[in-house]
Amino acid sequence: MSDAVETDRRLLTVTDLRTTFSISAGDVQAVRGVSFALDRGRTLGIVGESGCGKTVLARSIMRLNLGSNVTTTGMAEFAGRDLLSLPMADMHEMWGMELAMVFQDPMTSLNPLVRVGRQVTEHLRQHLGVGRAEAARTAVDLLNEVRIPEPEARLKAYPHELSGGMRQRICIAIALACEPSLLFADEPTTALDVTVQHQILNLLGREQRERDMAMVLVTHDLGVVAGRTDDTLVMYAGMVVEQAPTESLFEEMRHPYSEALLRSLPRTSQASHTRLAAITGRPPDLIDPPSGCAFSPRCPYVQPRCREEVPPLSAVDDPDHRFACWTPVGSPEGMDAFARNVAEGLPQAVAVDLAAPSSAGRGGAG
Amino acid sequence: MPLFTRLCLGWLVAIVFGAIFADLIPGLQDPDYQGFLFGTSTTNEPPSLTHLLGTDNNSRDILARIVYGARVSLVVSMTAVVMGTVFGGFLGALTGFVRGKTDAVIMASVDVVLAFPGLVFLLMVVTLLGRRDLLVIAGVVGVLSIPPYTRVARATALAVSRREFVMAARAIGTRKRTILFREILPNCLPTLMAFALVNAAVIILLEGALAFLGLSVQPPTASWGNMVNAARVDLRINVWPVVWPSLALVFTVYSLNVVGDHIRRSKAVRSAAL
Amino acid sequence: MAGSGKAHLRPEDEVLIRVEDLVVEFPSGRGRTVKAVSGISFDIAKGETLGLVGESGCGKSTTGRALIQLPSPTSGSVRHGLVELTDLSDEAMRRRRTDIQMIFQDPISSLNPRRTVGDIVAEPLRVWGPHDKDEQKVLVDRMLDAVGIDPDVARDKRPHEFSGGQCQRISIARSLVVDPELLICDEPVSALDVSVQAQILNLLEDLKAEYGLTLVFIAHDLAVVKNVSDRVAVMYLGKLCEVAAPDTLYAEAAHPYTALLLGSIPEPDPSAVLDEDLAVAGELPSPIDPPSGCRFRTRCPQASELCASEEPQMREVSAGHYVACHHPLVAVAG
Repeated sequence: MSDAVETDRRLLTVTDLRTTFSISAGDVQAVRGVSFALDRGRTLGIVGESGCGKTVLARSIMRLNLGSNVTTTGMAEFAGRDLLSLPMADMHEMWGMELAMVFQDPMTSLNPLVRVGRQVTEHLRQHLGVGRAEAARTAVDLLNEVRIPEPEARLKAYPHELSGGMRQRICIAIALACEPSLLFADEPTTALDVTVQHQILNLLGREQRERDMAMVLVTHDLGVVAGRTDDTLVMYAGMVVEQAPTESLFEEMRHPYSEALLRSLPRTSQASHTRLAAITGRPPDLIDPPSGCAFSPRCPYVQPRCREEVPPLSAVDDPDHRFACWTPVGSPEGMDAFARNVAEGLPQAVAVDLAAPSSAGRGGAG
Repeated sequence: MPLFTRLCLGWLVAIVFGAIFADLIPGLQDPDYQGFLFGTSTTNEPPSLTHLLGTDNNSRDILARIVYGARVSLVVSMTAVVMGTVFGGFLGALTGFVRGKTDAVIMASVDVVLAFPGLVFLLMVVTLLGRRDLLVIAGVVGVLSIPPYTRVARATALAVSRREFVMAARAIGTRKRTILFREILPNCLPTLMAFALVNAAVIILLEGALAFLGLSVQPPTASWGNMVNAARVDLRINVWPVVWPSLALVFTVYSLNVVGDHIRRSKAVRSAAL
Repeated sequence: MAGSGKAHLRPEDEVLIRVEDLVVEFPSGRGRTVKAVSGISFDIAKGETLGLVGESGCGKSTTGRALIQLPSPTSGSVRHGLVELTDLSDEAMRRRRTDIQMIFQDPISSLNPRRTVGDIVAEPLRVWGPHDKDEQKVLVDRMLDAVGIDPDVARDKRPHEFSGGQCQRISIARSLVVDPELLICDEPVSALDVSVQAQILNLLEDLKAEYGLTLVFIAHDLAVVKNVSDRVAVMYLGKLCEVAAPDTLYAEAAHPYTALLLGSIPEPDPSAVLDEDLAVAGELPSPIDPPSGCRFRTRCPQASELCASEEPQMREVSAGHYVACHHPLVAVAG
């Protein structure tokens, strides 16, 4: 995301995107000002838990948030056009052709009443205007590409006759059929078994490299992000809290939330019965977000300033590694704050201190 | 609640109050008073100050008859709803939860009742008993309403039985009959209530249709259906005696649907918030 | 990879639960049956946490439910102490339910949406006593407190007012209020957010220690299973592949399927090497018509003719480590 990249590789630039849902209980501020840039051939991971706004963000860029109670502001520049202000007719043309999305649950992304083959060819014929015979041939090619054995037979099946992994491959095939330049994958493997997940993520990675496509991989799983993305955004309560090339992020996590998230994961490298450093509390209410930093009620490094002022997303040493925190992990302010909190007996600090005394307050992939 | 829904609810409340407290409404005329016989009014009069909606072809005040007539519509539809929900709901929930032989037997019986032409049944009962009063009509309609509720309750109970809290209840060691009453039935109620609202509207219309066939309460007892039926004869001369009861029917059925939709929508929002 | 083979079972008097030759099959229309669990045997020692891990369709959840006879297994034996559970009548089994409890995957749907939390947690007491309302309240409050829910706040609220993690805590409270010996956890954290998972896992460890529980922890997430278990059993398509202590299993997996599972875990470490070719051929066979011999052979890089003709039996690899494979990755003892 540095400016040193040639600007003709730049595919998507999102600036201050905000999405709000108006429901009877109030206005839910699902996305509160997200900005990032994505180049061709690169994979951006957006990681966060449920309610952080990552799915809403992806759908807002794709203009898939249907419903009269949704407002999205900001800019999403794609190939010279602002997606957020395009008329829907133009968006319809872009869907499938330039932009594509793969969703979490392949069972509901496919029409259960229509044979899989028809769903693929229908898409081809609508967007590429090819005849029936050619569409059928292309469909077989696509299924081969996504490594589905016996594609001719599979095309005649209904979605419920196929396994979850196969269905997701079909969804990927449909998404890639018209060679889009940007692919959104919204939790594409969450509903799948871990071995199938591995295969599907391999497939996505391979397709992306071969087609020099840009990909946005939305997930809640830090493990998925670690191996397969070039850059990562960590989201919390509708905002980006940390943004960095993936390697830098894991090498040196600066935001307390990223660190807490990583630390709360059970790892196969840990011994059995290792006490997990769980994050206390729950994510905030997005109808009435707290003033100041949204993570402050749960943060082991919290200081009074955090509760009053929202920290801006900024870089310190490495211009590519940005985070939004007044007392970042590993900084003198951070370590100071942590020590003070432990001394005062702040529950979330004490919990972390008890669980991982050696790495507490000093960052790194604990 | 949006204004229009409020208006509809207001209409329904007015109808119900009118029906219950008809005797106490000041200035309401006697629905059976045939003014003609006593020289005070004539038949088929258009709306006037004395008769706000006019008179029917027996010189009875239409407004009064509409208010009293609501009683019939309400009693018949409420009987159907209550009998349906209580008996049909319970039977359906039982079979949906228990399955097996009980399910087979009960559903077979339900199918038999559904297959039997309701009209023929009504005629049979009316002929055998020689009566056509409100009790008989409401009773028969009530009995015939049970099968649809059974079906609805069964479908809901089948779905509810698969939810994890039912398995959790069994894992705790709760007896099956306690589970039926404490876990299954309460969760069938929302769907049953939604169905009941629609059903009430249908039954009100059904009573109108039965009256048309002469199978509902007979005049002088007023019912919206039999008012329309009686006024058919003189339709060419005077349209008012047909219009007012028909409008009453339309407004009531429509209001039931609107209010029902609103309730459904607000309940759906709550469960979506899960 | 066979379910048979009981080499890994410990002496009867040392274990709380002993399962032998468990078979659970469901009819699937047109005379076919789904062979969900096909003859597995395992045991659980008192105070132990047994982790049962495998992917979808392996039969782990079905096994959990067969343990509490909901429904009863098609065949096989489930012994709780000296009592054979499969021989019990419905009513006799119902009376033993205070000893074995279960928590489920979807926390919100495990609780009746139309009842209050206080009511829900008190339900087991209503069935089994004490029947005194005040005594019940004390027990319920104590339990809610133990799981980290403020009883005064929660008692009169309904499940939909709580988050997934809180609902799971309430579920746990409900199960533990009758002081069971054994708690079966069927994917208790799979539906929860990552940060909440850790809270619930810690909670379960704490409660296990405080109440002297024995746990069966069923999950598909290997890292989670490793964290909570004392012993791990890996299942595939209705059969047991491997049984071992967690540290051993993860360090020295003997079964090719275990190795496949371990290799597929996405590690939150960018420098970890990704195996691009791992299990390229890989679709789960149908449980209606599973492969002959070893059920994993269709995806196994080591498969041979022996694997198709003969079902492998459990054999000891090292102390406490057993594998059912003709060509294990770690040499079998002896």
